[in-house]
Amino acid sequence: MKFFKKYTLREIIFMALVVLLSVIFMFPFYWIATGAFKPQNVTVQIPPEWWPKNPTLQNFKQLSESPLLHWTLNSFIISLGTMLIVCTVATMAGFVLAKKVFPGRNLIFWSLIVAMALPKQVVMIPLFTILSKLDWINTYQALILPAAGWPFGVFLMKQFSQGIPGELLEAAKIDGCTELRSFWSIVIPMVKPGVGALAIFTFINAWNDYFMQLIIIRSEKMMTLPLGVALLQQEFTTNYGVIMAGAALASLPMIIVFIIFQKYFTQGITMGAVKG
Amino acid sequence: MENIRKGNNLSVRRKINKTNLREWTTAYLFLAPMLVFFIGFVVYPMLKGIYISFFDYSLRNFKFVGLDNYISLINDKIFIKSLLNTLILVIGNVPVVILISLFVSANIYKKSPVVRSLFRGIFYLPTVCSVVSITVVWGWIYHPNFGILNYLTSLFGFQPIGWLGDPKYALGCMIAVLVTLSVGQPIILYVAALGNVPESYLEAAEIDGAKPWQVFRHITWPLLMPTTLYIIIITTINSFQCFSIIQLLTAGGPSYATSTVMYMVYERAFTLNKYGLSSAMGVVLAIVIMIISIIQFKFFGDEVDY
Repeated sequence: MKFFKKYTLREIIFMALVVLLSVIFMFPFYWIATGAFKPQNVTVQIPPEWWPKNPTLQNFKQLSESPLLHWTLNSFIISLGTMLIVCTVATMAGFVLAKKVFPGRNLIFWSLIVAMALPKQVVMIPLFTILSKLDWINTYQALILPAAGWPFGVFLMKQFSQGIPGELLEAAKIDGCTELRSFWSIVIPMVKPGVGALAIFTFINAWNDYFMQLIIIRSEKMMTLPLGVALLQQEFTTNYGVIMAGAALASLPMIIVFIIFQKYFTQGITMGAVKG
Repeated sequence: MENIRKGNNLSVRRKINKTNLREWTTAYLFLAPMLVFFIGFVVYPMLKGIYISFFDYSLRNFKFVGLDNYISLINDKIFIKSLLNTLILVIGNVPVVILISLFVSANIYKKSPVVRSLFRGIFYLPTVCSVVSITVVWGWIYHPNFGILNYLTSLFGFQPIGWLGDPKYALGCMIAVLVTLSVGQPIILYVAALGNVPESYLEAAEIDGAKPWQVFRHITWPLLMPTTLYIIIITTINSFQCFSIIQLLTAGGPSYATSTVMYMVYERAFTLNKYGLSSAMGVVLAIVIMIISIIQFKFFGDEVDY
């Protein structure tokens, strides 16, 4: 726009501020990444080393003595499991809520809205007591299945399903297509971007749901990566090199997922915000 | 005419016949898995949470005590302090998040797609990354002896501060971390909303000689109002639920200076096994959040121009 060309100086100052802010936001990541390669005595030295002068792999070696692989595997199992089940359940429900007329539709729809507006706190303790009655404490399913009850995914998929032309579904029906068949070959291809967005969201939320993992997981073997890093912090207190190495490993998968799927993310967030 | 036709249509659809029954059955078959999880893990626990808040419920006890849990909360100084801390956290976090995200978005949304995604990504990264990773590095940054923050302030001649150990600063430190964790989503939403502001409005204002600030105040800001409202509400709810950074950095200390309701719920329920009392706290928190959301809706809703 020509409008802002008149204000180049102002634009430069504002942009400089944005860059400064991003530097501040990036700093913790920089500090994790460099700290992971610093020997223990360097991490506690003042003035600090801005760049590791004698990078070492010592921290990762020390880390490999803890059940790190187990933790990573657990995190992946829980996140992938949650992702699969949430996507399946939400795609089916979202499609029906967007495209079908049936008695009870409004009741279900409004209960979902109310549940979404209510904060999770009321649910936490009773959920915990229910899960312990089921004898699910310290299991994968205690972290995977309750996540499938949260209505956000259903909403997102309802938004995406709204765009499916009704005539297409009618035509398929007239041609003798079963419901399951037309869901599979018409609905799913059309809501694919939505499923993509939901999949990534769910994966990352499951990976980062520290609170639930904290109250459910009881043994070191079942721990997830975030719990593992929290444990490292307790065990190594100020041995920051090892803690940073753990922190780096715990966030690396998320950073990779995010960079690859950034487009889906943006789409999912903006679609989810449009209430309907 | 239109209405009558619609009405007819509906009544035809609602008629119970074989085709409709089949249609309804399929609808419920598709909904069934979601309903099972939703009722089992959300609706039922929610009702049960309200129910057990009236009981003295611990590992051994399950006794009806009426409103006793709520009364003991009102008299509990630590709970009141935690509630206040939580409110401070929200009041400190929300405006800063709005300000930063609006400022960043307004400056990047007209840039090339690559630059835009780059900045969007940078600010979203802390949200995506494991909260635990971010929190442990902040623990190091804030450390009174080995942390880089005291080193940086010492360059400007300040005395070292025990950031997390000092009741004066600890809550402020929490807000700073919380801000970095909260701006990602608002920036994405604002960038999208700013892209939808019709260019012709801005050009018309420009021709009329409006200054950039005036254009923003009278055209852009009102058009962004629905997005802002949404961001305020989600950020408020998220700040109320702030838990991980507290548990990992200060465990509520020093002397409850950073204890939040959510942290207290955790502590009372899972270290002291007082499930009834914790549920009462959860219910109180839920009510507070709902009241605040309704106020925000009423207050900003008037300005929203759909």
